[in-house]
Amino acid sequence: MRRPSALHLILFPLSVVMVTPLVWMLLVSISTQEESRRFPPGLPSGVEWENYAAAIRDAPLGSWLANSFVVSVVCVVGNLVLCSLAGYAFARISFIGSKVAFVLMLATLMVPFQIVMLPLLIMTRELGLVDTLGALIAPNLATAFGVFLMRQFFTTLPRELEEAARIDGAGRLRTLFQVLLPLMRPTLATLAVLTFLQTWNDFLWPLIAVQSPEVMTVQLGLQSFQGAHTTNWPKLMAGTVLSQLPVLLVFFFAQRFFVRSVAAAGIK
Amino acid sequence: MTATPADRRKLEDHLAGWGFAAPAVVLIGVFGLVPVVWSFVLSLQHTDLTSPGTFAGGDNYAKLVADPLFWDAAWRTLVYVVLFVPATLALALPIAVMLNQKIRGVVLYRLAVSVPLVTSTVATGIMFSWLANPQFGLVNAALDAVGLPKQGFFTDPGQALVSVVAMTVWGWLGFAVIIYLAALQNVPKDLIEASSLDGCGRARSFWHVELPLVAPATGFLLVWLTINGLQLFDAVYVTTKGGPLRATTVLVYHLYNEAFVSFDGGYAAAIGCAVFLVIGAFTLAQLRLNRRTSHYEVR
Repeated sequence: MRRPSALHLILFPLSVVMVTPLVWMLLVSISTQEESRRFPPGLPSGVEWENYAAAIRDAPLGSWLANSFVVSVVCVVGNLVLCSLAGYAFARISFIGSKVAFVLMLATLMVPFQIVMLPLLIMTRELGLVDTLGALIAPNLATAFGVFLMRQFFTTLPRELEEAARIDGAGRLRTLFQVLLPLMRPTLATLAVLTFLQTWNDFLWPLIAVQSPEVMTVQLGLQSFQGAHTTNWPKLMAGTVLSQLPVLLVFFFAQRFFVRSVAAAGIK
Repeated sequence: MTATPADRRKLEDHLAGWGFAAPAVVLIGVFGLVPVVWSFVLSLQHTDLTSPGTFAGGDNYAKLVADPLFWDAAWRTLVYVVLFVPATLALALPIAVMLNQKIRGVVLYRLAVSVPLVTSTVATGIMFSWLANPQFGLVNAALDAVGLPKQGFFTDPGQALVSVVAMTVWGWLGFAVIIYLAALQNVPKDLIEASSLDGCGRARSFWHVELPLVAPATGFLLVWLTINGLQLFDAVYVTTKGGPLRATTVLVYHLYNEAFVSFDGGYAAAIGCAVFLVIGAFTLAQLRLNRRTSHYEVR
């Protein structure tokens, strides 16, 4: 048998350090108030489920989660449909102004959000969207990154596929949805995961676009909850656990795939 | 003159092309491109962002040059980037090299290192606020156990910025490791074999073969982390709110304060344009870098 590698001596403690914040988040979320404030901190003696019940009762956590879910899912669907259509057009159809439109769109990728957020706020107010979920959805419904990703994908497909479909009498939309869609699945999944993660964890835009507790996303709500409950750590941590549950589930079930997507996109 | 079938086909292409592309292009144009120009226009106005603004000429930029708080925030942003970027890179590369070995349990180690990737900044801030709590936090317990005095961390003006650095390094480390791992896995095995046949030890082949080959990844990370570091906001907002005593008021936080606390939207837009200028320079540097280092790609 091979001798265990000496690298474990470094990698094991390192991994412990990396997961410690998450593990303690879980531990504090099931502690009693007293247990969360003793020094030195220790393991909870039992499981205080009451913290979770209290978090859901005292904060509209359910509606914050629902808001985040609605915003994220609508943005995912929007990106999948609109970016596929545009990506296909930019990759396969030569139409007037396509080059200019594509370059201008790519240029928006280099603009930091802090530059656009002030006019964006004025625009959403003019559109009557401010303090609604629409304000969180509209700017994220289609992204330049998504169009770029889909275009890159379509350029790698053999043209013969579409020509064969056209000879068989299929129109462009039908070709796209019936012939190419099955091949697009991995790329669409990448786009879906990244869009979901970004909209779910987004903070700065909801912070300035939304004020009422009933339209807050879970990240924003949690932050306001933090301001109001600095003394009740177990309840706050229970809320934090619930806010991270969906993305952590996605992460654990699709870890390999997920890591590849992040590496491809260069985002966090 | 009648349209030939070829002309008709072309017209059909233009219509179909725009029909497919228009929804995304219009949305991205309206919400991504128009605001850039608008932001510059705002920076030439006196405006509180709610009522119509008045023309201000270069007033906001003059204010920016003379504002000690702006330069203060710019300096702090620089300090943050200079600490955050090298620390992340210096930790990520050796970790990626270790995770690239075939050892038992490596999948679990990779999982542990990359899990902060999905953790939101709000959740991270709440977790670290507890861990670094001056009275009962876990970090102070560790210090106490080895006989060191308790520290204030986020509540100490001298330590707050470094605490934010530590927290964001935790958040970004997994990302940098993944990028390095991808680059290392692209290094052809035969190159390393060849170097070992030539009498290179493991350390030497790492230094002379693998390290130059992952240089493009280093270049990408350097620029990418810098761009993100210059935009630091969320991590500060959820932990210190710019304090204590402005110790963590970085540029974007200053911008946020001017726009939404002082209601000086024009000045905030001017700060935004200044930040954009710096980030634009880094983006161009990245494009240059990509071109120059492309000869390392062996695929």
